Amino acid sequence: MSVKVENLSVAYRMRAGDVCPVEGVSFTVADGEIMGLAGESGCGKSTLGNSLVFMEGRMRHLGGRVVVDGQALPVADFRAMRRYRMTKVSLVPQYAMNALNPTRRIGRLTTDLLRSHDVRESDVLEEMKRRIRLIGLDEDVLNRYSFELSGGMRQRVTIILSTLLNPSLLIADEVTSALDVSTQRAVGEMLMEFRDRGFVKSVIAITHDLSVLAQITDSIMVMYAGRLAEKASAADIVNAPLHPYTQMLLASLPEVGVRYDKVTLTGIPGRPPSLVNPPRGCRFADRCPFARAKCAEAPPFEQVQPGRQVACWKVSEGWPEGGEHERSAA
Amino acid sequence: MSALQLDQVSRLFRASAGGDMTPALRKVSFGIDQGEVVTLIGESGSGKTTLGKIILRLIPASSGTVTFEGKDISAFKGPSLREYYRHVQGVFQDPFSSYNPIYKADRVFELVRGVYFPAMGQPAWEEKIESALAAVALNPGDVLGKYPHQLSGGQQQRLLIARALLLDVKLLVADEIISMLDASTRVDILNLLVSLKRSGLAILFITHDLSLGNYVSDRTVILRHGAIVEMGDTVKVFGNPRHPYTRNLLTAVPELHKKWQPTAADAVTRPADVAGAGHAPVPATALDPPRLTEYEENHLVAEDAA
Repeated sequence: MSVKVENLSVAYRMRAGDVCPVEGVSFTVADGEIMGLAGESGCGKSTLGNSLVFMEGRMRHLGGRVVVDGQALPVADFRAMRRYRMTKVSLVPQYAMNALNPTRRIGRLTTDLLRSHDVRESDVLEEMKRRIRLIGLDEDVLNRYSFELSGGMRQRVTIILSTLLNPSLLIADEVTSALDVSTQRAVGEMLMEFRDRGFVKSVIAITHDLSVLAQITDSIMVMYAGRLAEKASAADIVNAPLHPYTQMLLASLPEVGVRYDKVTLTGIPGRPPSLVNPPRGCRFADRCPFARAKCAEAPPFEQVQPGRQVACWKVSEGWPEGGEHERSAA
Repeated sequence: MSALQLDQVSRLFRASAGGDMTPALRKVSFGIDQGEVVTLIGESGSGKTTLGKIILRLIPASSGTVTFEGKDISAFKGPSLREYYRHVQGVFQDPFSSYNPIYKADRVFELVRGVYFPAMGQPAWEEKIESALAAVALNPGDVLGKYPHQLSGGQQQRLLIARALLLDVKLLVADEIISMLDASTRVDILNLLVSLKRSGLAILFITHDLSLGNYVSDRTVILRHGAIVEMGDTVKVFGNPRHPYTRNLLTAVPELHKKWQPTAADAVTRPADVAGAGHAPVPATALDPPRLTEYEENHLVAEDAA
């Protein structure tokens, strides 16, 4: 097991009290696996991704372990994590492609970055050029300023930079969002190619776009309001989702060919609960059409079939579909 | 007659000081009828937002005319422009930046009242707001008197649509209005557009997402480098795409149950990878777009398709 996260909890300190967007999260990502992390905004996806690499000042590690290649990472210690970033774990934060320094050419930016990790650029420059050519760009991008590149080019340069030192784990936060379909595809295929070539062992791809995840991932993990809702192979999630939240997320996606006059798609009514004072039981209960009295208790995130984990009483207790009368009784 | 008609609309931008003019739109012509959703699809840099801005009179066209109900919109100024905005309104991509965070969100309504309904009494005004909110399926108690940060992205976007509905709006320009929203709320906004269309509104739905465009629209216009490459009935354009560019866009759409297929022309899949060219500029001489020919009824394809 290349990446193992055990019972990780992370909080933000706020005036209204601590909020806990990542609560008791455990999962593993195998070598060579691309795992997708999905959920609506505010469900804790980015916080989870960031906490594995970059525990910023307002974040607090409440507990849990992160083990990469058999080695426990000091995720709570911002400074101690420094030597693991880029070499063991790497993060492409959301909107990173818009944060490239506009006053430095890409090449110079790379040099700065490498120096700050005590790597000589001459050791990796050739490899960087090779990877730039590999994904179909011209190595001349090194002489360009970031604003001279298109969004898709910037995004791919950002991913090359983050994986230059062959980290074991790459966390790619919304790297395909806000891109055109054709560029989205190029970036998605690049992630797969880098995994295939071993530039990075495992990838966690965070996005709310399940159809992109269906293209590039081996497994998908769905988060809701700080907790894990479901984890399974990408095919199982897409074809036979078990958690009502996953089912409703998928039902809200229009696919090519689906039109309003034939099928009326439905969104998910309501919005995720506030994490300042989250509901005690199942956090999805008040938006869930299957909710019963039992849902006032938090369901455990447990294995229901080999390779499939779900946190839902309906699934683990095998309730029949359509519990509407039960719900009114509750 | 179409509610809005674009005729040979072009727009040039100067790429750099003293540099050549780059065409962002090249002789674009099409119309939108009442009760119709027209989707304008294009990749970034295709000119789709520029077109929306021209229709909203935020920037002028370099050449060509836009007529609304038979009148050239470039002639409007002062009272006639205000009258134009009574009928034509826009909603944009980022709801979070459309509001001033210092003020309560429903201030956008008050601003409309100040300009268009200064004489209206409070009870009549409140009734008007209530019916506009009902049309976008918002509960007044949930949104009125709240600050923007207290509202979700979907609520903010609906509030902006409700603001447009306060006026006697006939055409709504919706520029990427759902690309920043969660998938779970996107559909609700799309369904809202459908119900507004059924009540007779003309909608220009600008997006880069083909599946969203396919879901809501009656007609589709596909824009590339500022020129139309294919347009017509949505079912025909998506069901039987004739232009290689449209086909390539369609193969790149991520679908849940089908993996990406290898594309015939990878050059199109990886656009603008020419070093130094963010968006490969079209040579200035190419201002004339490829001519559109009729492939079948209500389905036009650019001649460079072959």
